[in-house]
Amino acid sequence: MAAFTLPAHSVVKPGKLWKASAAATRVKKFIIYRYDPEGNQNPRTDTYEVDLDACGAMVLDALLYIKNTMDSTLTLRRSCREGICGSCAMNIAGRNTLACTKAIADIAGEVTIYPLPHQPVIKDLVCDLTHFYAQYASIEPWMKTDSATPPDKERLQSKAERDQLDGLYECILCACCSTSCPSYWWNSERYLGPAALLNAYRWISDSRDEATGERLDALEDPFKLYRCHTIMNCTDACPKDLNPARAIAGIKQLMIKRKM
Amino acid sequence: MSSDDKRPLSPHLQIYDLPLTARLSLLHRGTGILLFVALWVLTGVLVAAAGGEESWQQVHGYLSSWPGRLVLLGFTFSLYFHLCSGIRHLFWDIGKGFSSQNVAISNALIILVSSLLTLLTWLLAWSQG
Repeated sequence: MAAFTLPAHSVVKPGKLWKASAAATRVKKFIIYRYDPEGNQNPRTDTYEVDLDACGAMVLDALLYIKNTMDSTLTLRRSCREGICGSCAMNIAGRNTLACTKAIADIAGEVTIYPLPHQPVIKDLVCDLTHFYAQYASIEPWMKTDSATPPDKERLQSKAERDQLDGLYECILCACCSTSCPSYWWNSERYLGPAALLNAYRWISDSRDEATGERLDALEDPFKLYRCHTIMNCTDACPKDLNPARAIAGIKQLMIKRKM
Repeated sequence: MSSDDKRPLSPHLQIYDLPLTARLSLLHRGTGILLFVALWVLTGVLVAAAGGEESWQQVHGYLSSWPGRLVLLGFTFSLYFHLCSGIRHLFWDIGKGFSSQNVAISNALIILVSSLLTLLTWLLAWSQG
């Protein structure tokens, strides 16, 4: 049974206010989830007044401004700052996205920032994605073949065959989609979630892969695949504009086609 | 996440700004449950009608009261909303209508058509007295 409320030790309490310097003229409030694993306290939300004239345009810029100049204990993952590594995935203003590609100017009023939803929190905005990665590994995301490798060349694809992978191969595994999905919130122990399923479809769609039947067999399960109820949060959240809901529908269609 | 985990669970429903499509999905589930209840009421009406004039008049009295009408209005909307939303699910099942633009259009259509059909049904019922 799904638990719609948070366990007692996860309930978020009000936190501290970090004021901007009196000289700041363009101030925006960032309300950020904090959790300190070394204390014995519940998570809290701290409010930081950020001087917009002193920091860059993106939410990640504001987070790093806070970390560098206001509160060095603020913990987050980030790396590429250009939407390709997927590290800074978090919940910003109620929706999952990448902090580095989300413009502060696109958010009206106060900016609320939480870690990716319904995950165990390690510290502040960093959550444990071990389970998410294990689910990705479970779809065996590599090419499987029975036929002998051509001795003199690669396994070639036609242009049309290669086109089948567009909208699938671009996934950066940031987990924005899976952690936006209510079905995944309630059933993540058994439902694979949009990211793993989109990647399963990427290999099913690959003309060079010879394990389509085996891959479909592995997904033929009331929970792994069929917990998708087309709520569409995944597609709404994807920072790469991919469409996991469509990919999942593609798998469901193949399941039916092979029975006919 | 195991239930004995000492680490907190990050907030989910509490903080997620659910897009319209997700809200309609929730409403689809809700109206489905209401239709299940509606079937009981419908069965009750049939049983009452079979039981003769007295029992029929009693049930008729309940349902034509204002709270009764409100319940029936809810059932009518549930029926049409669940139908329209269900038709979209059929399109989705054949892989159609997944683009963000198409989803925005079908969202609007579902709300518009189910509201209109509800209104028409009640206007029709009203004109019949």
